[in-house]
Amino acid sequence: MSTPYDGVVLTCPITVPYVRYSNETAHWWIARALRGALQAADLSPRDIDGLSVSSFTLFPDTPVGLTQHLGLSLRYLDTIPMGGASGVVAARRAARAVQAGDVDIVACVAGDANRIDSFRNLLSAFSRFSLDASYPYGFGGPNATFALIMDAYMAEYGATRDDFGRIAVAQRANALRNPQALMKKPLTLEAYLNARMISDPVGLFDCVMSCAGSEAFLVMREDEAIRRNLPFARLRGSIEAHNAFPDDPVQLRGGWARDIDALYYQAGCGPADIDLLQTYDDYPVISMMQIEDLGFCDKGDAAAFVRDHDLTIDGDFPHNTSGGQLSAGQAGAAGGYLGFVEAIRQVTGQAGPTQVADARLAMVSGFGMVNYDRGVCSAVGILEGVE
Amino acid sequence: MTLDRPKKKNPQIRTRVPTLPPGARSRAALGMAVMAAQGKFALQHCDECGAVQYPPREACAACLSSALSWKGTEPYGKLLAETRIQASPDPYFRERLPWRMGSVRLEAGPVVLAHLVGVGRGDRVKMELRLDRAGQGVMVARPVERSEDMEDDPVLRAMGTHPKHRRILISDATQPVARPLIDALMAAGADHVFAGIPEMWRRPPGMAAVEGLENVSLVPLDVTDQQGLKDAASEIGGKVDILINTARHIRPGGVMGHDTTAARDEMEVNALGLMRLAQAFGPAMAGRTADGVNASAALITILSAHALSPDPAFGAFNASQAAARSVVQTLRAEFAGAGLRVMAVYTGPTDDEWHQPLPPPKVAPKALARAIVEGLQLGHEEVFCGDVARDLAERWQQNPALLEREITGGGA
Repeated sequence: MSTPYDGVVLTCPITVPYVRYSNETAHWWIARALRGALQAADLSPRDIDGLSVSSFTLFPDTPVGLTQHLGLSLRYLDTIPMGGASGVVAARRAARAVQAGDVDIVACVAGDANRIDSFRNLLSAFSRFSLDASYPYGFGGPNATFALIMDAYMAEYGATRDDFGRIAVAQRANALRNPQALMKKPLTLEAYLNARMISDPVGLFDCVMSCAGSEAFLVMREDEAIRRNLPFARLRGSIEAHNAFPDDPVQLRGGWARDIDALYYQAGCGPADIDLLQTYDDYPVISMMQIEDLGFCDKGDAAAFVRDHDLTIDGDFPHNTSGGQLSAGQAGAAGGYLGFVEAIRQVTGQAGPTQVADARLAMVSGFGMVNYDRGVCSAVGILEGVE
Repeated sequence: MTLDRPKKKNPQIRTRVPTLPPGARSRAALGMAVMAAQGKFALQHCDECGAVQYPPREACAACLSSALSWKGTEPYGKLLAETRIQASPDPYFRERLPWRMGSVRLEAGPVVLAHLVGVGRGDRVKMELRLDRAGQGVMVARPVERSEDMEDDPVLRAMGTHPKHRRILISDATQPVARPLIDALMAAGADHVFAGIPEMWRRPPGMAAVEGLENVSLVPLDVTDQQGLKDAASEIGGKVDILINTARHIRPGGVMGHDTTAARDEMEVNALGLMRLAQAFGPAMAGRTADGVNASAALITILSAHALSPDPAFGAFNASQAAARSVVQTLRAEFAGAGLRVMAVYTGPTDDEWHQPLPPPKVAPKALARAIVEGLQLGHEEVFCGDVARDLAERWQQNPALLEREITGGGA
């Protein structure tokens, strides 16, 4: 069993409000989020000695360039190029470094620019296998990749578009309580079903909207957080997996499934103890897979699960409480932080209008990087708020 | 599904500017184009453990060996999932939506994403490697049994060079291959053939065989006459969808023992003639590769297989063939941006007067015609017609230096 993350905490969750299109660069967005997190902790840039960055649009820089650009002097510099799995992975690595004494305070930041042509440019050089073996077939991007996964999932488990729609509709309801969400209009199941198809069976409201934005949080020792009088969360357990089930011909399960039992064992809890779940929702089918693979229901039963549960903030299974990427927007690599930062807010009682009552234990799962025909990276963390 | 014959084009309507599907590839993935050009279904196989790899890569995903070789592979699989892409940020596909693609589990092991032609989820499919408009090798999943109108499918039509409904210019229709070529093209659904006749005023031998045919018009054309080519192009250039260069000047003999008169004529017709043809007709063709059902599609030239490595008995002629092959390679690069395919058909000794003393096997005009049309139907880029050409090509691909020794007996 993995060593507990004793004595290390997560604090100062910051979301810089998303914008559909922006001329600002990734450096600008990352600086905004970093500044927000440091201000929350009453720290100056020279007070932190660790930085973990996730971004697709820093080119020609890497996080190395950010040290001089942002005036940071560090003992720990990490880059997590794992898209939707970045938040959990950044946190668990930073937590170990702080725990081991390699570094005192790590700022974990994700942010991306989104100019009018950013998405197309990002797609066109995403990965070698995509260039060689995916884009030449209709250039549908992730929409087509997940259409194939959704098509196979529906055929295998009998899920219908109605079932996927429930996830999207519930998240929109959550987003309407989040003033920073990009989507402002209510979504009905009928509107979900009647929306135009993007890549059958993926329809318009199965897709996230790319945008610019950034997210950040700090990892430090518990005594430091207490000294600074900061509300904080503990990392009760976490796992990550990359290319977990390479022999599955179609991705009907994610890497979460591989070590989920070990995760619950490490965290000393079970699915029934989780107060809210943040899944990585670039397409509701992936959220369904997470609900299964994280142990909330049996494999293939997520459709029935979402029919039987209320996924809104006040429901019996609060899920993607800020609206998720489907309704709040996908700010590039910050999409991999969105659920994690919201979970810190939730378990520390700072979620404001989207606050789940009595939220103490949150699960966050991440999923990232379509290298060829599936998402390769996955990660899960369980966060516990401290009174 | 059958493809309707296009209506006469309204000359006032703007011709659509050609766009191409994504063409960037890793070095390893270029191997797909090499195989697709020859109509082979091949993937990387690990020399050490035998594992079949896809997408193309640098090291075996089973044992990390970097000894990977392209080998013929069982082209069957099962369609696992399918989609109809209805939105794409890529201009080429955007103009052609919806676009069907899916994932196929090959019986050889890997999962491949592929264009779909007439197949659905759960079907057993046959895979083909095809060249797309960007000139790259792509996977196509189609029914196990080829159907007659399969090539009419918009996916294959968009990437292919099928003669159906197309108008074809044959540069020298007095050659023995011309009549069987016209017949084969018509049988494949060609709309019209322009039959080029050099020195038409003197009714050259061979002209009678192509006279008076339905949907065939004779055009004065001589690949050595730059002005004449220009005139012909201004007349019919906008209606040439496929150009087949059959012009050929051949005389036996090596390099020594002659002056350079025959060699000069061979260069004039075989190498420079191809250049002149491309210069005269290429620009209009390159502008029309997205022009609907009968968009321009390909430029074809016939080469001796000894373009690869000369037969000293035809040494001067083979020099012109090697030059023409080099021209073909440059034309490929120059027309790649327009998506205009440049196809070379390599033949062994043809069964004609200039090869009269040679023993068989020789390539009959009919067989050559069939190879050209089949290559067009399947969108190939390198076609080897007849046993001699296939054998020569295989030995050349394995070891060009050894082939030279085998044919010439080596140097001093």
